[in-house]
Amino acid sequence: MTMIDSNPLPPEEGQPPRYKPALKRRYQFDRVYATVALIATLLGLLVLLLLLFDVFRDGLPRLALNFPDFLTSFPSRRPLRAGILSPLIGTLWVLVLTMLISIPIGVGAGIFLEEFATESLLAKIIEVNIGNLAAVPTIIYGLLALQVFVRLMEPITGGRSILSGGLTLALLVLPVVIVATREALRAVPDSIRQAGYAIGTTRWQVVRDHVLPIASPGVFTGVILALSRAIGQAAPLITIGALTFIAFLPPFITISENGVPQIQIIDGLHSSFTVLPIQVYNWVSRPQPEFHNAAAAGIIVLMIVLLLMNATAIYLRNRFQQTRY
Amino acid sequence: MALNLHFKQPALLATLAALTLSLAACGGPTTTTAESPAEGESPAATDRESPAESPTAADDGTGVSGQIALDGSSTVFPISEAVSEEFQRANSGVQVTVGTSGTGGGFEKFCNGETDISNASRPIEQDEIEACESKGIEFIELPVAFDALSVVVHPQNDWAQCLTTEELKRIWEPAAQGQITNWNQVRPDFPDVPLALYGPGTDSGTFDYFTDAISGEEGESRGDYTASEDDNVLVQGVAGDRGAIGYFGYAYYEQNQDRVKLVGIDDGDSANGEGCVTPSAETVLDNTYQPLARPLFIYVSTKAAERPEVKAFVEFYMDEANKQLIESTGYVPLSDPIYDKALARFQENKTGTVFEGGSAVGVSLEDLLEQE
Repeated sequence: MTMIDSNPLPPEEGQPPRYKPALKRRYQFDRVYATVALIATLLGLLVLLLLLFDVFRDGLPRLALNFPDFLTSFPSRRPLRAGILSPLIGTLWVLVLTMLISIPIGVGAGIFLEEFATESLLAKIIEVNIGNLAAVPTIIYGLLALQVFVRLMEPITGGRSILSGGLTLALLVLPVVIVATREALRAVPDSIRQAGYAIGTTRWQVVRDHVLPIASPGVFTGVILALSRAIGQAAPLITIGALTFIAFLPPFITISENGVPQIQIIDGLHSSFTVLPIQVYNWVSRPQPEFHNAAAAGIIVLMIVLLLMNATAIYLRNRFQQTRY
Repeated sequence: MALNLHFKQPALLATLAALTLSLAACGGPTTTTAESPAEGESPAATDRESPAESPTAADDGTGVSGQIALDGSSTVFPISEAVSEEFQRANSGVQVTVGTSGTGGGFEKFCNGETDISNASRPIEQDEIEACESKGIEFIELPVAFDALSVVVHPQNDWAQCLTTEELKRIWEPAAQGQITNWNQVRPDFPDVPLALYGPGTDSGTFDYFTDAISGEEGESRGDYTASEDDNVLVQGVAGDRGAIGYFGYAYYEQNQDRVKLVGIDDGDSANGEGCVTPSAETVLDNTYQPLARPLFIYVSTKAAERPEVKAFVEFYMDEANKQLIESTGYVPLSDPIYDKALARFQENKTGTVFEGGSAVGVSLEDLLEQE
C-alpha cells in the first residue's frame, strides 16, 4: 500500500494559499440555516399552542363546572349534565386490550423478521407489505374488522364488543409496532451479535440478553407512537359498531348479593362500548354550543389519558436504560 | 418452514411478555365495580334474541328488562339519545344503546339482524327492503319527528327575505355550476354580490332530501359549493360571507340565530300556504313549510317488537307526553294524531313502508298513514 499524501500540493513559498477559508460567509450560511430551522420548529409549536389554547378555553370551564361529575356521569341529552364515564372506561378497556394484543405479536414479529428470518424473496414481500399496511386508511381496517371480527368470529368476540374493538385497533397498529421494532433492532451494532456468537451463545440468547435490551428504548418509542395512534381512532370503531350513546359500563368485577366478588372479564370483553373520540366527534357536530364545550372538555381528558400513558412508558424506558448501562 | 425462513430456536417471548404486562399495567384503573344498572346480570351474556326475564334483573314497577340495540342516522341520534336516556331512567332494568353508523350503515346492520331498531333520516330504499327480506327481517316503519331544512343567508343580506323553490333550483341545480355566480342572476332586482354556496356533503341525508325537493332528482346538485359534513362548519361559512347562502337542519339555525338569517320559502303552491313560509313548529305541522320539512323515522324489527322491553320502549317513544324530549333536541315533534296513528300501526304490527322505496318529499304523513 502506498502512502497517500493528504495534501499533494502544499502552497509554495511566497504564493497566496489556494484554500480560502471565507469563514465569515460560512458562518453566515450557518446562521441562516439555524434561523430557518428555528422558524420551522416555532411554526409547528405555534399551531399546537393555538389548538391547545382553543381547547382549554372551551373545555376547562366545563371540566371545572361540576368536577368530577363530568368524569363520573353518563352522556346525556342535557349538555350540562352530560359526562364521559362510559366513553372513558371504554377507551381504557380498548387501550389495554390493544396493548395486550399488539405488543407481543408486533414485537415478536419484528424480532423474527429482523433477527431470525433469512433474506429471501418471501421475507422481502412480507416486509414491503407491512410497510404498505402502515399507510392504509384506518376505515379500511374497520371494514375488514366488521366482516372478520364482528361477523365471522361472532361466537368468540361477541359481535360488536370491546374484544372486537381491541382486535381492530391492535390490527391497525401492528404494522407500526413491527416497523418500529425492526428499526430499533437494526440500530443495534452487529458487533454485539458477533461477540455473542463468538462465545457460543445461541441466537435467541443473544437477542434476549443483549440485542433486545439495547433496542428496547426504540421499541418503546414505537409502541408509544402506535398506541397514541390507536387512542384517537373513531372511524374504524364506528364501522365495527361501537356505540355513541351507552349508559352502562362493561362488567368487570361485580359484588354479588352475598358479598362475594365475581370477576366477569369475559362478559366485559363481550360488552358493547363507546370510546372518547366517538363521543367527542358526536358532541362537536351537535348544534348546541354547550355540547361543543363538553367536547373540548372530553378532548382534555383524552389528552390527559394519552399523556399519562406515554409518561408511564417513558418512565419504564428510562428505568430500563439505567439498569442496563 | 413454509415461508423458507429459518430460525434456530423457537422464539420464547418470555421477556417480551413480561415487558408487555408491565406496560399494560399502566393502562389505568379499569375496575368498574357494580356500576352497571343491571347489577349481577351481565349485559353481554343476555341473549338479545330472548327477552331477559331473569328474575334477578333489576326492575321497578314496569317490570321490563333486557337490552335494546339502536343504530343508524346521526340526524335522528339526538332524539333516540334523549328518549333512551329518559326510558332508562324510568326502567332501570333495560339497557338501551344507540349507535351512529348513518342511515345506510344502520339499515345494513338492521337487516342483518344485529340491531332491534334502526334510526333513519329517509324512508327505507328498495335494495334495503330486499336485503331485509332475504334475511327474513320484517319491520314496522314509524315516523318520529320532522327536521325542517332551513335555508339561511348572512345577517347583512337584506335582499333575500324570501326565495321561491324555482330560484333555489336556479341556484343549486347542476346546470348552475359555474354559471350562476352572482345574486343578480338569481333575481334581476338583487344586488351585484357574488354568490357563495354552503351545503352538506354528498353522503348526507340532508343533501339527498334537499336535492330531491329542489332539483327534483335525488343527488342532483351543482358541485362547486363549499361542502361539509359538519353543519357547524356551514354555519361558520355563512356567518362569515355577505354573499353566502346555505342549508342545514333547523336546530343549527336555532342555536345560531344571531349569526345567520333565515330565508322564507315560497313553493308557488297556494294550496299549502300562500307566499313565503319560514320554518317553525307551526308551519311544519300545518304542512305549509313545504317542500323542505323532512320526516325522520325509526324502523322496528317485528321480531324485536315481540319482546316486552322493546314494545315498552317504542310506546314510550311514541307517547305524546314525551314530545318535549324531541323539542329539546331542536326537531319538530309530530302532531298528536300522527303519533296516535303511528302507535296504532305499531300495535297492529303493520309491516312495510308507506313510501315503497319512493321519496318522502312533500308528503303528508297523516294522509299516508291514513291510507294504510
